[in-house]
Formats: sequence, C-alpha cells, structure tokens
Amino acid sequence: MKKYKALSFFILPGIIFYILFFIFPTISALGLSFTDWNGLSPDYNFVGFKNYKLLLTDDPIFIKSVSNNLKYMFSVVVFQTLISLVFAILLAKNTKLNVFYRAVLFLPTIISSVSVAFVWIFVYEPSIGSLNAVLSALGLDFLIKSWLGDKNIAIYSLAFVQVWAHAGQVMIIFIAGLHAIPKSLYEVARIEGATKWQTFRNVTWPLLAPSATIVIAYTTLQSFKAFDLILATTDGGPSYATEILSLFLYHEAFNNFKFGYSSAIAVVFMLIIAVITIVQFRLLKSNKVNY
Amino acid sequence: MIRKNTETDVTMENIKPININERISRQVPLVAYTLLILLPLTLVFFASFKTLKQLYNDPLGIPEKWSILNYIRLFANENMLIYFKNSFFVTFTSVFFILLLGSMISYAIIRMPNVVGNILFGFVTLGMMVPTQVKMIPTYVLLSDLNLLNKHSGLILVTIATLIPICVFILTGFMKTLPKGLLEAAMIDGASHWQVYSKIVIPLSLPAIASTAIFSFVITWNDLLHPLLFIKSSSLKTLPLALLQFQGEYLTDYPMIFAGVVAASIPMIIIYIFFQRWFIQGMTAGSMKG
Repeated sequence: MKKYKALSFFILPGIIFYILFFIFPTISALGLSFTDWNGLSPDYNFVGFKNYKLLLTDDPIFIKSVSNNLKYMFSVVVFQTLISLVFAILLAKNTKLNVFYRAVLFLPTIISSVSVAFVWIFVYEPSIGSLNAVLSALGLDFLIKSWLGDKNIAIYSLAFVQVWAHAGQVMIIFIAGLHAIPKSLYEVARIEGATKWQTFRNVTWPLLAPSATIVIAYTTLQSFKAFDLILATTDGGPSYATEILSLFLYHEAFNNFKFGYSSAIAVVFMLIIAVITIVQFRLLKSNKVNY
Repeated sequence: MIRKNTETDVTMENIKPININERISRQVPLVAYTLLILLPLTLVFFASFKTLKQLYNDPLGIPEKWSILNYIRLFANENMLIYFKNSFFVTFTSVFFILLLGSMISYAIIRMPNVVGNILFGFVTLGMMVPTQVKMIPTYVLLSDLNLLNKHSGLILVTIATLIPICVFILTGFMKTLPKGLLEAAMIDGASHWQVYSKIVIPLSLPAIASTAIFSFVITWNDLLHPLLFIKSSSLKTLPLALLQFQGEYLTDYPMIFAGVVAASIPMIIIYIFFQRWFIQGMTAGSMKG
C-alpha cells in the first residue's frame, strides 16, 4: 500500500487543477441553470425549472439554433466523410507526391479559425469576392449570391468552410485505416478476379469501418461544437440564420446577461451531445466485421 | 501514423497495373482540391500587399505594386509584437504544464492496480466529453471570484485544465505499451517513482509526448473562446482575439485585416512546413480519441 501512496504525488497536482477548473465549473453550470442570475448583481433567486420550461416551450431562437445545428452537422458529416474517404483512397500510397498532397490538404487544420473565417469572408464577399467572380467568368451569373448574407444558404456556406478546413485532418484517419488492411486480402480478391468495385465493397469498405466510425463520431462532435468560425464570420446572422447552440448560449450570457438562462442552454446542449454520442455509438458498433 | 512502410501500403492500384489515362484522371481531383485549398490563401496573401483602392479595382490579381504599408501599420499602430509575445507566453506556459501534469497522472495510472487506474483514467478522460462552451459561464464566474479575470494566469489555468483530459488519454494509451517488467526491475533496484518516471518512462514516451505537445500547441495557439471570455485589456490579447477585434476596428479595410491574418499565420505555417509529419501525427492522435 505504501508503494501506491507515493503515487498520489503524481496525481494530485493535475487532479486538483482538473477538479477546480473543469469538473467544478461543469457541475455548477447545472446549479446556475436553476437560477435567474444576471451575472452582475450579487444575489439571485432559485427559480426551479422555469428556465428549462421557457427554453423548451417558448423560445423560437432555441428551436432555430437546434435546427441550424442539425443542418450544419448533417452537411458537414456527409461531405467531410465522403471527401476525406475519396482523397484517402487516392493518396493512400506513400509516394513523395502523395505525401505532398496530404500536407497541402492538411494545411487548413493548423490555421486558426479566425484566420480561416477572414479568408472565406473575402472569398464569399458579394462584390469583390472571388467566388462570384469565378461564377461570372464561367457565365454562371444566375448562381451569384450573397453567400453569407442570404439567410437560406448562409449556414451551408459555413458548413462548406468547415469541411474545407477539416477534411484533410480526418483523411489522415482513413489513410491510417487503409494501411492497416492486410495486403493478403487484396491478393485473394485479385486471384478470385474481383472487380475494383467488388474489392472496394467487400474488402476495403468493411475493413475500413472502424476508421469510418472514428471519422463520423469525431466529425459529428466537431461540427456540433463549432463556435469560432461562425462567431468570426456571421456571428449568428443574418436574422439568426446561422445561430447555433454554442453561439446562442454565448450571446445570452455575455450580450444579454442572462447567466441563469444561458446555463440552462448549456445543460441542454450537453444532453443533446450525450444523446448523439450514445445513439451513434450504438449504430456504429453494429458495424464491425471480422475476417 | 504515416509510416514509410511499403509492406502494409495497400491501395487498389497495387492489384492491377494502371494505364496512363487512369494515372492522369487521378491527378485531376487532386490538383483541383489542392487549388481549392491554396487559392483562397494566396488571394488573401496578395490582398494584404494592396491598398484598399487597388483591391477594389483588382480584387484577385497579383498586386501591381507590392505595398508593405499595411504591415507597417500593423506593427506600428497595432502592437502586433505584443500580441505575438502574449500568444507565445500563454501557449508555451500552458503546453509545458499540460505535459508535465498530464504525464504525471498517466504515469500514476499505469502504475496503480488496474481497477483504481481505470477509475482514475475514466474520471479524467470524462472531460473530453464536455464541450468548452458548456462550462464557459461558471469558469468565467470562478475566475472573477478568484480575481483572475483579464490576467494571463487565469487564461493559462483554464487552458491547462481543459487540455489535461486529452493529454492523459493519449499518454496513458502509449505508456501502457511500455514493458512493465522494466519499470518493476528499476523499482526493485531501489529507484523511486520519480526516478522511474523521469529517467525511464518520459524518455521512452517521447514520441507520444511530441504528438501531445504539438496537438496542445496548435489548439492553444489558435484558441479564441477562452481569450475572448477572459481577456479585456488590449495589451494582454492573444493573436486570434486581436484579429477578431481588427474586424470591428477596420470594418471593410480588408488589406489591413489580411495583413494581420498573414502575419499571424506565417509562423505556424513555416513551422508546419518543417515539421509536417509531426503535426499530422500529433493532430491525428488528438482526434482519434473516439
């Protein structure tokens, strides 16, 4: 037992930090969510489930935010997974050229979201932006839009930027997955005369399932928690068209000084993430194969 | 992650020889996507060397005259050097303590009886499930109570606590693969835990520590949310926060904003070019936590 006591010296410093600055705040979010605190005055009242009731039954911006979150999440998950899978397959071989391509595709991952946001504000700019200039040059003038100003498409324009910034990152997970597939299986497929598609369908895809699980789970959470990019581009506008939960709770707390109400949003946000994680874990787990 | 290992290097083209047409058609999507990544960045780079008038006349071209006026304004009027200094200080201090405290917890986890170790591991890595935004209000209140708002120390403390879970996750996974017998033998020879930790486990774990260091470095250097919440004084701002506030200050003076974007991103991009293999490895280790 004495042997293990010495280990507490290794645990305590980090754990104290973690409990004080992580666990404690997370739990107190729950406590604050039952109050009407405005963040400024020294006292506040306990209001029971009032914040939750208001949020879930009578707040159109909450509904709008959840629906924006879902639009954003689904478009990012679908496109990021497909694009990263396609490029992982194209770049799986470790040639010099492929290593270069991978490095380029990965590059946006290391640039701060604020910088990425400004880059795309410029690309999407209605009058001097390059996207509209390119469309115009191609004779596609009918496609010219105010990409971040049109409330029907702004959320998708942002989802595109998210994919642009992170597809290269999750591609690496797929490439690692491809490298882990035993070569002998491809030889068997070749000897049996399988077509490319059959090989992909019956060897690559099933054996890539664990990587796909990681990619999809990671992308789902990453897109659900998006914050910096949207704050720096549209800040939730125009007219809440890009307001998502994380921004909504930030605005309610620090623009409107509703700390209690905003904590209730945080708790609901956390619960939604927990539900998504559990559902996904169940769905994707049934996906495993053995050869 | 990306090994130079042709043994396991399998793609479909290992199976059948491919013809020239196919080889070219594979390059088309790759070149197109590369351009999609690089062109927007290049346009911003060009724009940062234009005057506002030049930009409106010719938004996309190479600048006729390369003007460094925006960069001069950036460093003369905008305290860019101070923002750099702040980012460096906050990032390096945070990363140092994340690695130190995280690796110590990981060491304890692998040396404890399995059940206790697993409980501790579960407790610490639970934090990876909690999005930063969930705890932002209470953290703000806590720092305010401790009188640590608008101070680098407050920002650093919260950053450390936020990244300890992922650090412990990566390092414990790696340390578990170290030969247990070696550590036991050292203990029998009379080495203390601290000696085993600092002389054996840390040196052997350097690859995982490097990955974790890079991951934490990129996250902290680029972090916007925590500085946005905690830092108010201009002289204490980190780069992403300073950039965000350029937007309000310069509105549509894009060249000036872009000079800021370029100046803030160039150091990271240069480091990335030299250490890209490590970056890719580190960032992937961080995202594989699923």
